[in-house]
Amino acid sequence: MSYVLEARHIDKYFYEPVEFHVLRDISFRMRRGEFVSVMGKSGCGKSTLLYILSTMDTAYTGELYLNGELLTGRPQPELARVRNAHIGFVFQFHYLLPEFTVLQNVMLPAQKLARKPQEQIRQDALDKLELLGIADQAHKLAYRISGGQKQRVAIARALINEPDIIMGDEPTGNLDSTNSDNVFRIFRDLCDTRGLSLLMVTHDLDFANKTDRILEMEDGRIIDGNEE
Amino acid sequence: MINWKVLLSISRTHLLSRIRQSGIAALGVTFGISTFIILVSFMTGLNQLLDGIVLDRTPHVHLYNEIAPSERQPVDLLEGLENSWNVVRSVKPRLSQERIPNALPILAYLRRHEAVLGVTPQLKVNGFYLAGSIPLSGILNGIEIANEIELFNLDDYVVEGDPLLLERIDNGILIGAGAAAKLSVGVGDRVQVRSAQGEVFPLKIVGIYQSGLAEIDDVQSYVSLQTAQQIEGVGTNYITDINLKLKHIQQAPRFARRLAAQFGITAVDINTANAQFETGTFVRNLITYAVSITLLVVAGFGIYNILNMVIYEKMNDIAILKATGFSGRDVKYIFMSQAVLIGLAGGLLGLLAGHLISVLIDHTPFETQALPTVTTYPVNFNPLFYLIGLGFALVATFFAGYLPARKAEKIDPVDIIRGQ
Repeated sequence: MSYVLEARHIDKYFYEPVEFHVLRDISFRMRRGEFVSVMGKSGCGKSTLLYILSTMDTAYTGELYLNGELLTGRPQPELARVRNAHIGFVFQFHYLLPEFTVLQNVMLPAQKLARKPQEQIRQDALDKLELLGIADQAHKLAYRISGGQKQRVAIARALINEPDIIMGDEPTGNLDSTNSDNVFRIFRDLCDTRGLSLLMVTHDLDFANKTDRILEMEDGRIIDGNEE
Repeated sequence: MINWKVLLSISRTHLLSRIRQSGIAALGVTFGISTFIILVSFMTGLNQLLDGIVLDRTPHVHLYNEIAPSERQPVDLLEGLENSWNVVRSVKPRLSQERIPNALPILAYLRRHEAVLGVTPQLKVNGFYLAGSIPLSGILNGIEIANEIELFNLDDYVVEGDPLLLERIDNGILIGAGAAAKLSVGVGDRVQVRSAQGEVFPLKIVGIYQSGLAEIDDVQSYVSLQTAQQIEGVGTNYITDINLKLKHIQQAPRFARRLAAQFGITAVDINTANAQFETGTFVRNLITYAVSITLLVVAGFGIYNILNMVIYEKMNDIAILKATGFSGRDVKYIFMSQAVLIGLAGGLLGLLAGHLISVLIDHTPFETQALPTVTTYPVNFNPLFYLIGLGFALVATFFAGYLPARKAEKIDPVDIIRGQ
């Protein structure tokens, strides 16, 4: 059984404003093609865990593996490459570059990766937008489209480099129920038809219930949903 | 590996989406660079003009026989008094001739010398221009006109007539403009000159000479060397001054010392004679560069400010770029390339504006009695200044961009995303 993501004994402290043990000995594994959600009350450390898993936060102890490779302790530029090639992100706030068109936003990570010629990247980006049903918005500037559309553009951007895993921090938290359902269906579909691994932090119990597995966190520990 | 194409396309989009801000930042650079170009072209143009006046007219080495008291008085030579303190009052110059002894062999020697570009012999004759019964004191310089024109550009200061006629006709005179005005004479007229010995010579005016210094123009005139020797009543070997132009001006002090020792005559080099002129050049250059650098620093602060603001505005963009795999260094380059692009655009525009205004200045009439050959303001169009200007622009904007860009490099995306 291959694990796409594995965390071993992760501990993290905050030192500001006072010392606080935010993550306590977190260990878990995620199988390829699994759709996992992380739930818990505000302040339980679930977002903090996601940033560590996403390699953006490196101030922790413990070990983090992606596709069986140890990422802990690698230098920042290398982690940036890993994020670029293997991890896709979807955030609560859509985080598109407002001065760029929808298409450019989707293309940027692939241009950074520079594994394919420009024309191919453009075609890929159009395909992803098509897949998410927003190909007609491709040439609009990113700040001119609606919230639900922005979130779908963000998903298209997350998909552009064919990542091993997509991570989301409350990806539906800022959307109305129709759009929320839409976005969930897209994730579900990506998981079922393309075998994509997904890890979503959420408050939304309906959303979480429809995922394969729920990790429940409290006070910096995983209290339920771990396989062991 | 850095993917410049992507980074530059991002910075271009950033710049173009805030075209007004970018434009203002670039205009700051334009202003600094164009001012630099104008200042430096104009100042060095002026320097060249002033240096030219000095260098053109001043020999690199001037040889003459100075009338001065002997360094060692006879009493110093008297046996038995070597160790005493001898005081001689009312010392007079030693009786000697004003001419350079052995002038012709010295001339011949110098003409052959490899360090020497050219040599002109001169004979200075004191005399009087006669205006009716009133004698006006004057100095007649006996010269070889062709040499003087070639080496010291004498023709630049001839405002009327043909100076070369001095050689072709006997008893010609190139008279100072001030003297000509006092005598109410012009080219083709005759002027009476009385020598110190009392003889009167009628001379024909072949041209009028204006140096720009009234004191000189009132007194000094040029005649041919032979005419001067006739007026003075001396032979063809009688020469009072020898002016030298060297191939390399830097050799002047050493060469002068050598000649003085070799021939036992006084030799003054151009550096001693015109010590102040280099100081003037240096100070003018200093002012030019100080003003330009100040302007560029101000422009640099403008860019620094704008980029700092942009980076605050673009926190989210920076976070998302980093989250999607752009490294800190990529982000730094994105912002630094914006600064340098502003510098490049502003700098090139500044070169163009500076050049156009310099051309305008170059065509502005500038007429002054002091410089008869100059009709417009002097401007020095040296391509090197344009290179330096562009270099300045790029360096200033590079540093202005570096600090904000480094801040962007260091931004932690987690802080930004968590902060929402």
